[in-house]
Amino acid sequence: MTATLTEAPPTAPAAGEPPRRRGRLTPYWLLLPGILWLIVFFALPMIYQASTSVQTGSLEEGYKVTWHVATYWDALSAYWPQFLRSVAYAAAATVLCLLLGYPLAYLIAFRAGRWRNLIMILVIAPFFTSFLIRTLAWKTILADGGPVVGALNTLHVLDVTSWLGWTAGDRVLATPLAVVCGLTYNFLPFMILPLYTSLERIDGRLHEAAGDLYATPFTTFRKVTFPLSTPGVVSGTLLTFIPATGDYVNADLLGSTDTRMVGNVIQTQFLRVLDYPTAAALSFILMAAILVMVTLYIRKSGTEDLV
Amino acid sequence: MTPFVTWLKRNLVVLAGLLTLAYLLLPNIVVTVFSFNRPAGRFNYEWQEFSTDAWQDPCGVADLCGSLTLSLRIAFWATLGATALGTAIAFALVRYRFRARGAVNSLIFLPMAMPEVVMAASLLTLFLNMGARLGFWTILIAHIMFCLSFVVTAVKARVMSMDPTLEQAAQDLYAGPFQTFLRVTLPIAAPGIAAGALLAFALSFDDFIITNFNAGSTVTFPMFVWGSAQRGTPVQINVIGTAMFAVAVLLVLVSMAAGRRRTRPKA
Repeated sequence: MTATLTEAPPTAPAAGEPPRRRGRLTPYWLLLPGILWLIVFFALPMIYQASTSVQTGSLEEGYKVTWHVATYWDALSAYWPQFLRSVAYAAAATVLCLLLGYPLAYLIAFRAGRWRNLIMILVIAPFFTSFLIRTLAWKTILADGGPVVGALNTLHVLDVTSWLGWTAGDRVLATPLAVVCGLTYNFLPFMILPLYTSLERIDGRLHEAAGDLYATPFTTFRKVTFPLSTPGVVSGTLLTFIPATGDYVNADLLGSTDTRMVGNVIQTQFLRVLDYPTAAALSFILMAAILVMVTLYIRKSGTEDLV
Repeated sequence: MTPFVTWLKRNLVVLAGLLTLAYLLLPNIVVTVFSFNRPAGRFNYEWQEFSTDAWQDPCGVADLCGSLTLSLRIAFWATLGATALGTAIAFALVRYRFRARGAVNSLIFLPMAMPEVVMAASLLTLFLNMGARLGFWTILIAHIMFCLSFVVTAVKARVMSMDPTLEQAAQDLYAGPFQTFLRVTLPIAAPGIAAGALLAFALSFDDFIITNFNAGSTVTFPMFVWGSAQRGTPVQINVIGTAMFAVAVLLVLVSMAAGRRRTRPKA
């Protein structure tokens, strides 16, 4: 065990050293069950899905691989609005999460003092109530004629958002605004926690140093705090954007038929329409689009250590 | 500048943070308040009058408590499976050098970077192709799959920050490899394993999207809530939501108090 703990160089062992047969195989035995699980139930399904997407046939007669690539084209031309909507809603929710989450993460990291643990618990605790129940609560909060909608109406906010097409008349429910609001709410903790982790690592003396060098609080934030929190910003935005793009719960519970996202389409095609090739193609396009966007984003932000 | 403006400027970030906290907690408050409602119709979205009926009869709705026990059972086994498999992978990744490390790392990372709906849909195509009967087992398989990566990440972080000299010391004191692992390595890694297990439990218990695809006609608690959003929401789901929230906060507070008592004599 000692020999394997101090990582042996990958080159051949020195002459005379006995081969460590047991130690050599140990990592593979440790990896085997879990990795096998992921290969069979994560990687293999992706291949099945790719194959399903180029099949043709019907439920009654069965499906056959015919390399019918046109399914992709048909799916995209039929459902491009849902794709665009998903990306737009997810992007809006991500930006809102960053704007709302940053002050709270900053508060917990630097200003909370002895309240730090309590606030931390309050951020995590909602997780223990089913997110569906909490999302349904937004139906009450944003109800027609309720206090929130009333206040927004009095302040003429709804006039502006209706003009922008985010809400419809006196309603907030069943509009894009409600869906984005729900997405923001559901993924906010995924933004706050990584932000907090990277903010908490910042040496407080750096702030003092910036102040000593006559930086205003805002300059300190712009030149010191924010740049040092980039890893948190990058992983927070990814943890928000990726699940938000594929989400169909908020669009279904808080939206209407005009706010359907690509997740809603995949769900309906798979579970109700039972058009497996189209559903598989849509899901594949979504996966590819997200992988491309995420790769570009990580390249651009220049951070490697994400998790 | 008036003192008020100065105060406001200094505490702006605190106020903004507290507003966000309010945004995060508002739905929980609504859920709690509406657990005492007596709704007029089938849906519990509008306040009518105060009542404790639902609290006195939390299982009064057909299938509700059955779905809750099913979710707890699945979460328990999924946590056990994912924690065992994930801890082994984490140890292999930190402690050993082996071929295909890059591939293993991507296989761990990808499930976390994939929208749930994609994993759910592709897993369903596998099950359909294999002709598997959807239900308890397919849900459990899916949950272990997506919880695994999170356990690996949590345990890995803890094992990486471990001091290797402690194990060497154990061996200098003639502890065998097995004894070293059981008496030194495992206790130090325990908080990481516990964090991973807790995360896995929460993820599995609350999962909807992957379960929705792979459950067939089996109804877990999130599936019950989803169904009731179409048919009519009983007050009882608010009761259960409130109770879960209260129990979670209480458990955390108790464990914190216990931790404080343990550290006090030293200080």
